[in-house]
Amino acid sequence: MSSAKVVTDQEWDAEVLKSETPVLVDFWAAWCGPCRMVGPVVEEIASEKAGALKVLKLDVDENPDTARKYGVMSIPTLLVFSGGDEVKRIVGARGKTQLLGEVEPFLA
Amino acid sequence: MADETTSGLGREQPAPERVRDVIIVGSGPSGLTAALYTARSDLAPLVIEGRRAGGQLMLTTEVENFPGFPKGRLGPELMHDMRLQAERFGTEYLTADVDEVDLAGGAPFRITADGVDHWTRTLIISTGATARWLGLPGEERLIGRGLSSCATCDGFFFRNREIVVVGGGDSAMEEATFLTKFASRVTVVHRRSELRASRIMQERAFKNDKISFRFDAKVVELLGDESVTGVVLEDIKTGEREEFRTDGVFVAVGHDPATALFRGQLELDDGGYIVVEEPSTRTSVLGVFAAGDVVDRQYRQAITAAGMGCKAALDAEHHLGIDAENW
Repeated sequence: MSSAKVVTDQEWDAEVLKSETPVLVDFWAAWCGPCRMVGPVVEEIASEKAGALKVLKLDVDENPDTARKYGVMSIPTLLVFSGGDEVKRIVGARGKTQLLGEVEPFLA
Repeated sequence: MADETTSGLGREQPAPERVRDVIIVGSGPSGLTAALYTARSDLAPLVIEGRRAGGQLMLTTEVENFPGFPKGRLGPELMHDMRLQAERFGTEYLTADVDEVDLAGGAPFRITADGVDHWTRTLIISTGATARWLGLPGEERLIGRGLSSCATCDGFFFRNREIVVVGGGDSAMEEATFLTKFASRVTVVHRRSELRASRIMQERAFKNDKISFRFDAKVVELLGDESVTGVVLEDIKTGEREEFRTDGVFVAVGHDPATALFRGQLELDDGGYIVVEEPSTRTSVLGVFAAGDVVDRQYRQAITAAGMGCKAALDAEHHLGIDAENW
């Protein structure tokens, strides 16, 4: 079972921008209630879509640079990257069905 | 979908063993209290907790008015404990959004969540309420880009920035006070000349040097392309408008009951709240009960919601008891 990997400011370019497969990044923090609801959904998507989608989690507390660079001002925010470009932005918690529907068009 | 009529003739019927005694939709204080009670009565309730699992308390910080916690308790922690307490007696949880309910034709009721059908003999609705936005152009685009309805989620991103809080109730005061931990200045914009918030919350906000107030004013426009850069305020008495620079806008202007799923199937009042036969929690459909903010336009407290959840559980148990022979 594949699960969501942690990504940091330092690893951003290599893990996200240079990724061969599309990437879903969950911007979150420990103090954010709604983030805790999205967390398990993101994990499920990571294991179900292994191979077609790389799923990463970025803690905005520890990695403020990336959050600032992408103008993330609310969490949870989920960004989808394809070929290094942001192709989708999902702000706020979503259920699994809805999230899969939003991500599906970008899968490899 | 809600207006679909069911003849009863061709209606799909589940195998009896697939029909639960109790399904609870929603997992705030009312839903989890209903779960606790029905679980302790061995009814093995299923709680369908949506994407806002835990309800509005998940978005708060310190809860000081829930009895039993002399030092206060963090909202998310309180909900976590309520969840565990109900689980201890056999509550099952399903983290899914309800897509559709079918209440026509009576029990068993069909609840479809994330595409899967669930059947139940009694249904307790505790879907709560969701934060209202301002209804201004550009709002959708700016949510998460300086526009927020959750201070505890997003305050962090406004360190040393200026913030406008819209609203005059307890949640507006709580947000404003909380946001001063991060912001350099917080301006509360309220359309009346006095606050609706409780005295203790008002005093706390008035005493805070970082908070200032704009009474008799409303936000009529949001400014900013990439993110919020300001708002246009209108003075309600004079009609004068001015641009007001701000990095963030936090909205706390009340809530709407989450009843879209039930429209056309249950009696709702003008505001969209589910109508119950007070003092019971019985709705217009036999076997369907409702509790918490989805019913309550008056009190809307965690403790009143919990109390109603308890009543709904007892009402459901009573209903199952008297109708048991018919099954």
